[in-house]
Amino acid sequence: MSSVEIRNLILTAIALGVCILLPMADSGYWLSIGLSIAMFTVLATSWALFSGPTHYISLATAAFFGVGTYTTGLGFETLPFWSLVALAGMFGALMAALVGLATLRLSGVYFVIFTLGLAELVRQVITWAQNQSGQKGLYVLTDITEAMIYWMLIALAAAVYLTGWLIGRSRLGFALRIIGDDETVAAHSGINTARAKVLLFMVPGAVAAMTGAILAPRYVYIEPSLAFTPMLSFQVVIMALLGGTGRLWGPLAGVVPFTLLWESISSNFPNQTTLLLGLSFLLIVYALPRGFVGLLDRLRQRVTGGVS
Amino acid sequence: MSPVLSLRGATKRFGGLVAVNGIDFDVAEHQVLGLIGPNGSGKSTTLNLISGALTLTSGSIKLRGAPISGLAAQDITRRGVSRTFQLVRLLPSMNVRDNVIAGAVFGHRRRWGAEARDFAESLLERVGLGGKGQMPIGQLTYIDTKRVELARVLASDPTLLLLDEWLAGLNPTELQDGIALIKSLRDEGRTIILVEHVMDAIRSLCDRCVVMSSGTKIAEGTPGEVLSDPNVIRAYLGDDDA
Ligand SMILES: Nc1ncnc2c1ncn2[C@@H]1O[C@H](COP(=O)(O)OP(=O)(O)OP(=O)(O)O)[C@@H](O)[C@H]1O
Ligand SMILES: [Mg+2]
Repeated sequence: MSSVEIRNLILTAIALGVCILLPMADSGYWLSIGLSIAMFTVLATSWALFSGPTHYISLATAAFFGVGTYTTGLGFETLPFWSLVALAGMFGALMAALVGLATLRLSGVYFVIFTLGLAELVRQVITWAQNQSGQKGLYVLTDITEAMIYWMLIALAAAVYLTGWLIGRSRLGFALRIIGDDETVAAHSGINTARAKVLLFMVPGAVAAMTGAILAPRYVYIEPSLAFTPMLSFQVVIMALLGGTGRLWGPLAGVVPFTLLWESISSNFPNQTTLLLGLSFLLIVYALPRGFVGLLDRLRQRVTGGVS
Repeated sequence: MSPVLSLRGATKRFGGLVAVNGIDFDVAEHQVLGLIGPNGSGKSTTLNLISGALTLTSGSIKLRGAPISGLAAQDITRRGVSRTFQLVRLLPSMNVRDNVIAGAVFGHRRRWGAEARDFAESLLERVGLGGKGQMPIGQLTYIDTKRVELARVLASDPTLLLLDEWLAGLNPTELQDGIALIKSLRDEGRTIILVEHVMDAIRSLCDRCVVMSSGTKIAEGTPGEVLSDPNVIRAYLGDDDA
């Protein structure tokens, strides 16, 4: 390991330690903010692992997330909670593999539309199934506290960062960077492009479903319109792009300011949250094409360029 | 000895246009085969069929007796066939060295980590880019982009090399270096198909030539034979449509 890597590892460990202490300091407003930040960090970082290098915009987060919440909702009375999270991860990965096999050979546009439609499709199927059985939603009554959910999300975030770091150093990560640059070159270098993309797409699929499974107890009552809300997919995309997908920590730099703004706007002007989404989108397109990460790189270049 | 590559009735149609029309030829081990012909005669399309970038409309292509037509490009690459592109294709987000490593990791003979890095450096040295490994792609001159692409292609240690006008656009000194480089590739045992317009290169490098015109093979033989063939001269003078 290089000295920079050791420094990063120590910084990450300290940051994680500080995060773990949050529930001791506050169990109300700040814990709930911390929980949102942890959730979106997990979702946006895992999203960027795939969409960063490939430039495929996935709007399937809500589909995976919803399947995860329903895994907990249907299973919490019969199975231990940890096994539901694992199960949700497997469902999410499987779903992502199927979606990937069906769409990743197609061009990016079809992929975006298909992933957006997927959440709607699953939601309709579950609504239909529930209507057959005469229910509208599910009660998820557990003794899992908000602090426990928060800690599980922090652990999941640590796992996502570790996975991302390992992928970045692996052949798979390198293959994805080549594919993102030029798919023809990738194929002519011996890369099975479809397989690499499907494999990597399974990561955000599994992570989003696990996040849904972990968060289900917090909602107490879940119904399809809540579990599969398309808003979640858009939030994740905006936050990841706002932070920048060029670095592992990039999405975090988008999640923190966005979540704080979102929370304060939704408590003061509950109807204006969509406006924030739209404005952030414009900001990304017109001012920050590579997010805060890109901005920082440019500033750093200017500083070092000025010195030499 | 069975040929390294053989095409039989290789045909590619784009809608109504037959870009490659029933081409037959063999390439023997350690041979440099020149694939020549006027603009638009189907040379690049033929290379695309061999490398798997395009699928055949009909006909067959065999590599050492085993059919490769219908295989995906990555599978053909892994069998030891590598190519450059007429319009150079590099990986813009990576530096020169990583562009070369990209060819080494997933191809015919695979390398990773320090081994891939060392191999990439030695190839950069060989194509005349020693010490430029850390340079961003955007700062390269045109000839250097061609060198990077060749180094990437060599990184997979191909046995059959497909070069699509790799010598085009070089100045006279660079051309002599380029010709010497391709000769050295043949001398180390590689088989090469060379699509080329530069007559000097064809004469000094090719053991045999296949001449294409409007998608069909119109001549085959040594460079001296085909370049004096009246059919070939007529095709190059441009009245082949008459
Ligand atoms: N993907 C494609 N779709 C449609 N037509 C194509 C395609 N690729 C090539 N063609 C056509 O096929 C014919 C042969 O093209 P090709 O690129 O193989 O010629 P070439 O011999 O390599 O010419 P040059 O010397 O100019 O490179 C041309 O008429 C070209 O327009
Ligand atoms: Mg051509």
